[in-house]
Amino acid sequence: MQPGMDIAGLAALRSEVARLERRPGPGRQAQSIPFAIPAIDQALPAGGIATGALHEVASSGAQVEHGTAATLLAAGLLARVPGEVLWVLEQRDIHPPALAAAGLTPDRVVYVHARKPRSVLLVVEEGLRHRGLAGVVGEFSGALSLTASRRLQLAAEQSGVTAFLLRRSRCFDDKALLAPNAAVTRWRVATVPSAPPLPHAPDTPGLGCPRWRLELIRCRGGEAHAWMVEAFDATGHCRLAADMADRPAAPQPRRAVA
Amino acid sequence: MAVAAADQAALALGIRPAMALAHARAMVPGLAVVDADPAGDAAALARLAAWCLRYAPLTAADPPDGMWLDITGCAHLHGGEAPLLADLLERLAGGGMHARATVADTPGAAHAVARFAPAAAAVVAPGAQAAAIATLPAGALRLSPETVAALRRLGFDRVGQLADTARGPLVRRFGRLVALRLDQASGRVFEPIEPAVPDAMVTHRLSFVEPLLTAAAFGQVIDELLKAVCTELEAAGQGARPLDLLFERVDGSVQAIQIGTAAPSRQAGHLARLLRERLEEIDPGLGVEAMQLRVPLAEAQLFHQSVAALDGEAGPATDIAALVDRIENRRGPGSVWRASAVESDVPERSVASVPAIGRRPVSSWPPALPRPVRLLDPPQPVDVLALLPDHPPAAFIWRGKRHRVRRADGPERIHGEWWRRRAEAAALRDYFAVEDEDGSRFWLFRRGDGTDPATGDLRWFLHGLF
Repeated sequence: MQPGMDIAGLAALRSEVARLERRPGPGRQAQSIPFAIPAIDQALPAGGIATGALHEVASSGAQVEHGTAATLLAAGLLARVPGEVLWVLEQRDIHPPALAAAGLTPDRVVYVHARKPRSVLLVVEEGLRHRGLAGVVGEFSGALSLTASRRLQLAAEQSGVTAFLLRRSRCFDDKALLAPNAAVTRWRVATVPSAPPLPHAPDTPGLGCPRWRLELIRCRGGEAHAWMVEAFDATGHCRLAADMADRPAAPQPRRAVA
Repeated sequence: MAVAAADQAALALGIRPAMALAHARAMVPGLAVVDADPAGDAAALARLAAWCLRYAPLTAADPPDGMWLDITGCAHLHGGEAPLLADLLERLAGGGMHARATVADTPGAAHAVARFAPAAAAVVAPGAQAAAIATLPAGALRLSPETVAALRRLGFDRVGQLADTARGPLVRRFGRLVALRLDQASGRVFEPIEPAVPDAMVTHRLSFVEPLLTAAAFGQVIDELLKAVCTELEAAGQGARPLDLLFERVDGSVQAIQIGTAAPSRQAGHLARLLRERLEEIDPGLGVEAMQLRVPLAEAQLFHQSVAALDGEAGPATDIAALVDRIENRRGPGSVWRASAVESDVPERSVASVPAIGRRPVSSWPPALPRPVRLLDPPQPVDVLALLPDHPPAAFIWRGKRHRVRRADGPERIHGEWWRRRAEAAALRDYFAVEDEDGSRFWLFRRGDGTDPATGDLRWFLHGLF
């Protein structure tokens, strides 16, 4: 340390660096929507999905076009924070009862039909500039440039509104999904074969809880990760897949006392 | 005494205007006759023109039997030009008025097509007005009967013939009016509409010493006008729904911006933002010498007391009306909505769109029944391998890809709503939620119960994706 530079000066420098890196400074607490799963929350620098930031979610594989799992992920996370949600659509194919089942009741959602990919970004930005919304979800099928995503991220930072950009590419493996953008976290949600509805009777017909491979492919200030989770329930919570989180304990070596 | 006007029923009986009354009475015994009241008719027409302010900021009576509406920049608020006309004619018909209407680039062309073309409602494509009026009789140009008769003597029956003739001899023979009307109809000469202003409307007007040209200057004037209008609205306890801003240009033409709000508002800041966003539509030409702000429709707006939270935290319930207005003014009506539950088991009928502001939507969807995130409209036919009558599919082919079903749930039987249509009385669908080998979940249904052919034709459809 140079002579003359005291502790206060160092703290000021630290907060300046934090401001440049757009991290919440020491005075401000990072706001987030936690997953309530320690394994996931610990991997995220904000302790969950950071509020006032842009997050990208997409389904993977052939499901990218309809993005159903990604929709439920965004809906389930927003269901847990109070306030109104602006849902910007490119096509009117959403079925609101499914969102209600994930906890996002219809009295909290305002839908906007933007028709064109470019309009989606404009409406999302308009929503992000409106303080007091719980979140904005944009269903977007186009290519997202670094500049466009940066605009959304800055708007979200300013107002503190959480933004989810739901990438719904029209083709199977869209190159546009690989391009870098300014989103704080980028998620891929893939469905995987689910477990039997009754674990003790695997032959019983029926559908159990849907199972997702939740992949964090990019996270600002964090590492990429992947988890196996069981999908959101009516309160907007998900849990780690049971047979992996609570797998039976390894057999103990037998010890007998005679 | 002569017949001044005759309604549809009278025309059907052969009674024509300008016919002697005695002749008409002889033709139809017991004919109902009402004394002509030109002053009353003119007043009624002016009232009707004021009523038409719901459609456009510039309306004017065109005596004896017409009306002008300058719908520049307003059609999208009603879903387009054709829906606007349909709505206008339907409302007039509801009031017992038989009307014809036309949208065109110029007042002259609209006047001609509305009166002389066969269709009751017509939309002339932009730039096509010359072609639209070419085949109409020369009388469509708003000329005196003598002029029309003189033209006919010279063989000019159609507007198109006049338009193709050299102007010089035409003007020398018939005066400048014929050429002027031709130019007004085709758009070469601007024809202003003298707007009607109802008395009770909140209106403020600012005229300037020097003509204004820049958007920044317009913005400042908007602020001034809104301050005055909002003060007046506040005193009356009202809020504006639509709001018209008129720009009076130095060349005598008037341009207008119309905005709408989802809920009555008198927040100057919010309204100013809505108006400023539309400023780019205005062409100031050589300058704007006066601006006018009008509130065609004001509704009661109660005073709200904002909740002062004791813990200092702002409540999450902020006013979303401002955001809805901004989006809806840009994207057009019907682009912002909320979903509300409808008491129906048929999936595509279970959701209704309700306005984003106003009554809160209800949710009465049964939470225990699985419903897909995306609903395909219409359901897409799929090829399915399944055992009848009630086994779930073993495999299905959608968009050329074969999905082998690993797990399935169902059937969930949904019956047709017999009270809606007779054909639905017997119809039913059996829904299955299935999961394929990748874990993707689909919502398939089969028409019919699998045994009775009256219930459906056993075809399979994909209706949604989970």
